[in-house]
Parts: sequence; structure tokens; C-alpha cells
Amino acid sequence: MALTTIFFLILSIVAIGTAFGTVASKHPVVSAMNLVLHFMMLAGLYLTLNAQFIAVLQILVYAGAIMVLVVFVILLLNLGKEDDVDTRFNARKGVAMTFGAAFVVQILVLFTSAGSFTHEITAESVSTGYVKNLGYKLFTEYLFPFEFIALLLLVAVVGAMVLGKKKLFLERDLQEKSLK
Amino acid sequence: MIEAIPLEYYLILSGTIFAIGSVGVLTRRNAIIIFMCIELMLNAVNISLVAFSSFMGDASGQIFVFFVMAVAAAEAAIGLAIVLALFRNKRTIYVDEINLLKW
Repeated sequence: MALTTIFFLILSIVAIGTAFGTVASKHPVVSAMNLVLHFMMLAGLYLTLNAQFIAVLQILVYAGAIMVLVVFVILLLNLGKEDDVDTRFNARKGVAMTFGAAFVVQILVLFTSAGSFTHEITAESVSTGYVKNLGYKLFTEYLFPFEFIALLLLVAVVGAMVLGKKKLFLERDLQEKSLK
Repeated sequence: MIEAIPLEYYLILSGTIFAIGSVGVLTRRNAIIIFMCIELMLNAVNISLVAFSSFMGDASGQIFVFFVMAVAAAEAAIGLAIVLALFRNKRTIYVDEINLLKW
């Protein structure tokens, strides 16, 4: 077995394990820490695919920015343990798990029966994920979506600020009117 | 000659993680954990996009992943602000106790 395959197997087993940890742990902070580890493993998997830029972004954006935000919100809400995660097993959970298992079986059957797709690693195939390559494509072919995503982020920032206010504008206006 | 890891390994991994995430969304009550499971599902899709991109030798898939990450960041900011506003008004983030819009 090639060294990269062993590397892939270790990374993917830890990734699936931490994904289970995220879903199944009682405490939200334990879930968040599992998810951080999961994102690290995914960054490693992107490196096995020669996508260096995406691997760095994964660490910076997901493990860095988004998870810090999640942990801060857990801290602000002061959440304790969820007391009845494992004790309550109802029909809804059974249906959800059946659908999940069916999906995995379907994927396994589909991709093991389709045959193996592999390719040779050459200098050209490795260069796909270079920053130079991606930057060129981003600023030529995908320039409009790139500019548009800036607008989306601006809207998200304004929206988050409005939602985070103690009272929404509408409520304050109503109160002022009732005072008059 | 160096052979790359077969494409279907990545696709099976991606499908498995997506299924775990979707089961989490359907079974958990805590809104923050549901949010984290949505991130799991987004990342599962990213794996298959990067895998296809690297196997086709086309950088477009990695550009899509870049956009998915930007949308996920925006979603994180808005989603967590909604969770905070919900907690401020209802004193709970368990989704089965939030039934304001329930018919």
C-alpha cells in the first residue's frame, strides 16, 4: 500500500470518528472541539488531493473564524449538558437513522460497483491547485461571482448586527409612538 | 509512475460524512449543534468538489469550494445571530420548544 493511501485512511477514519463525536456528544463544547479536529483532518485530505490553497483556507476560515464564532456563542449562552440525548429514542430518530444508513449503503453500492477511477500524478496534475492557477481563474472567468460574494458578506455583516441588537428598530419605533 | 488515490475513496468518505451530518440535523434538539451539523454537510460536499477538480485537472471545482466557504462564513454570522436573538426572547435554543410559527 502506498504511503499516501495509508495517510488518506488515517485522516478519513479520524474525520468520520470526529464527525460522529460532533453529532453524538452531549455537551456543545465537546461537539465544537470535535468539529475543529474534523476540519483539520479535512485540510489534510485536501493536501492529499494537491489542493494546497483550499487546505490553508479550510484551517483559516473554518477552524479559525467560524469555530471561534461558534465557541463564543456557546460561551455567551452558558449552555450546560443536554440531559436527554441518549435516553429519548423515538420514532423520529429511528426514521432519521434508517435514512442515513440507507444513504451510506446506496453510496457504497454505487461507487464500489462503478469501478475504480484513478489517474497518474504528473507535474501538470499537481499544478491545478496552485494559488497562481486559482487566482487567474478567479479574476477572469469567475470575476462576477467573486465581486458578488463581497456584497453577500456585506449583507451578512449588516444582518448580523441588526439581529444582534437588543431591540429591533421596529420595536423601538412602536414604543416611541406609544409614548406620544 | 505514481498512481493517485482512487476517486471513489473520496466520494464514499464524502457521502458518509454527509449522511452523519444529515442524521445530526434530524435528531438533535440543540440549535447550535444543528448548525454545526450543517457545516459538516457543507464540508462533505466540498470534499467531493475538490476530489473531482483534482481528478479532472480543472481548477473550477476549487473555485466553487472557495465560494461555498464564503457563503458558509456569511451563514455562520447570520445563523448564530439568530440563535442569540432567539435565546434572548425565548430563553431556550432547543428547537422543539420553539413553536412560535407552528401551525
